Amino acid sequence: MKKLVVGMGTCGLSAGAQASYDRLRELSQGSECGLSITGCIGMCFREPLVEIREEGRRVIYGEVTPERASEIWNRHVLGGELVSDWVAASWSGGEAGGSERDFLALQKRIVLRNCGIIDPESIGEYEEQGGYSALRKVLFDMTPAEVIEEVKASGLRGRGGAGFPTGLKWSFAAASPGTVKYLVCNADEGDPGAFMDRSVLESDPHAVLEGMIIAARAIGTGHGYIYCRAEYPLAIRRLETALAAARGRGYLGGDILGSGLSFDIRIKQGAGAFVCGEETALFASIEGERGMPRIRPPFPAEKGLWQKPTNNNNVETYANVPWIITNGAAAYAAIGTENSRGTKVFALAGRVARGGLAEVPMGMSINDLVMGIGGGIKGGRTFKAVQMGGPSGGCIPASLGETPVDFENIPKTGAIMGSGGMVVLDDTTCMVEIARFFLEFTQNESCGKCTFCRIGTLRMLEALERITRGEGRAEDITLLEDLAGKIKEASLCALGQTAPNPVLSTLRYFRNEYETHILEHRCPAGSCLALVEFRIDPGKCTGCTLCARNCPVAAISGERGKTHLIDTAKCVKCGRCLSSCNFSAVLKA
Amino acid sequence: MEETFTYRLWRYDGAQGELIPLLQSAQEHFGYIPRRAIKYISAVTGIPEAAIYGVITFYSQFRLQPMGRFVIRVCDGTACHVSSSRMLIDAIQDELSIEVGGTTADGLFTLTTVACLGCCSLAPVMMIGDETHGRLTPASVRRILKDVRRKAAEAPSESPKPACGVNP
Repeated sequence: MKKLVVGMGTCGLSAGAQASYDRLRELSQGSECGLSITGCIGMCFREPLVEIREEGRRVIYGEVTPERASEIWNRHVLGGELVSDWVAASWSGGEAGGSERDFLALQKRIVLRNCGIIDPESIGEYEEQGGYSALRKVLFDMTPAEVIEEVKASGLRGRGGAGFPTGLKWSFAAASPGTVKYLVCNADEGDPGAFMDRSVLESDPHAVLEGMIIAARAIGTGHGYIYCRAEYPLAIRRLETALAAARGRGYLGGDILGSGLSFDIRIKQGAGAFVCGEETALFASIEGERGMPRIRPPFPAEKGLWQKPTNNNNVETYANVPWIITNGAAAYAAIGTENSRGTKVFALAGRVARGGLAEVPMGMSINDLVMGIGGGIKGGRTFKAVQMGGPSGGCIPASLGETPVDFENIPKTGAIMGSGGMVVLDDTTCMVEIARFFLEFTQNESCGKCTFCRIGTLRMLEALERITRGEGRAEDITLLEDLAGKIKEASLCALGQTAPNPVLSTLRYFRNEYETHILEHRCPAGSCLALVEFRIDPGKCTGCTLCARNCPVAAISGERGKTHLIDTAKCVKCGRCLSSCNFSAVLKA
Repeated sequence: MEETFTYRLWRYDGAQGELIPLLQSAQEHFGYIPRRAIKYISAVTGIPEAAIYGVITFYSQFRLQPMGRFVIRVCDGTACHVSSSRMLIDAIQDELSIEVGGTTADGLFTLTTVACLGCCSLAPVMMIGDETHGRLTPASVRRILKDVRRKAAEAPSESPKPACGVNP
């Protein structure tokens, strides 16, 4: 009996999975072939994905449009023939095949163990994979103290960015006096370029819930919150479904499974503020206030949400917990490096060939991640750098590609682990412009509480804007370095303390790009619009006149049907010709 | 959405931390947060109007002006940014003759940008209403906008999607 499984995470859906699913539903009506949905298996670059499962064989097809779905139905499902051209990955007997087999073969999947395997909307499928057995073990075979010891022994560190040992954090909250305590799951994944938490919530929500219930038992709390970004509507929907199903099975609510533990979880939707990823700001937001960070100490374990002892971990951290309980701390600690145990999920994006989610043992090198799993750079261009840690992180140049990715080695490069976003940059990316982009982001998202963060970042942004416009001043680099140090020192929370990192790390490794912009008024990557020239590729131009009609200064001439020409003396470099051309005939260099 | 704003307000039992959910449902109901919604919430919760206004302006989700029937949110996260999301924004501005933050004269579209939609491997990405579109080019964006416009003209009575409900 064959079963069709369609990948319906946000990435699959935005690539058109719904239409393919609808087509397969039509085709499979009345047949014996089953049809279900799953979350994201991580191969976002080949979405929409459709898997065919049958006795002893799994085949995942990539880029399944409705047309391809029909053909796969006819040839594979009905005809029993492998449509090998479209196979992304396959397993037959013990053998792996397909063009992307390396992508999965190089991974070690703990957090993503069920992602792309089970139907996230079915609690039954989660249980079939052993789901909620860790919870039973915790409730009936372990004391809370033993649970905390187990998590401590696993070496699990917080996956949200700071890397604080999870078991230790739990022990603080457990030891805090008081009868009312709170458990919070930070699902406010705000770093641009990071999407692992979204994927886990959409693909395996019960793993997060189970992790939270285990933590609730260990710490002794009855109230949990998941603070999720409003930008993740599908994750919120699936979480709501999962919560209802878990309550139905007695995993949540009063007297869980007859153990005496009472615990329930509420979802709080964020309202669009990056700073709310910072835990004290997150608490303020749950309380219905402006999300502004508070001074620590007191730490959340003593006084957190509503001034009560609170434990806060991120999505990926909780999702690790059931696996650790089931397989034991030693099995987890055996993976990874000395001080960074276990695995980490990375979101590969940007100019990388295979963009998606990959979970690897801690300590894998950047090169193995980008070139091995990621398949190198899109379009055969040159690997220039990788941006890690989002707006708080930094750019690591390709020359440091052998750096092991873990909590010890990444900070040495000036970047941070962060939540695991890895945006790969190629030779067309201008490093000054990237720094400007991040500064614009943090400047926008600064809550305004600390002067240096509020105004200092603005002054830095102005300097970076000057430089990318070709109007940089010789003293701008010194100004940037000076402001960076002061902002780091005089900001209350991590947003301000880390805001200058993108500038400092690009200055450290790509100082010459800054200098070329300032001294030669040139952008080496050909990216900064004010510093490049536009021209038209005669080979591609069809003479449609669209660019000429869009040009605000009438700098483009040419007859209909003939190659057009840009008068560079008149051109104001607004880029409208580039964005309006339907034939990619406008070039900038 | 059966759970309208008034229903939620009626049910309000003085629980802590309900201001943001109340504002979210007001916005879901009205499409934005009108002055009278602030007055209602203030009267029911006892939170001063000025404090409510402070919360509204802190979060980027909340809008004090009505939005178009379709809210376009172009992702300008890192991955989209290095995949030329700027060109998409230019193309949309050009196609609709509005700036970022603006609404078309016919009330059909509002254009906004968002820090990251988390679909980085399909960059560049945008959302129209609740639908995500990936791997875009300026040309495909123009095509999608024309499609939406055509469908809207064909079904003008269809109630708009919650323009700023679950996701603003």
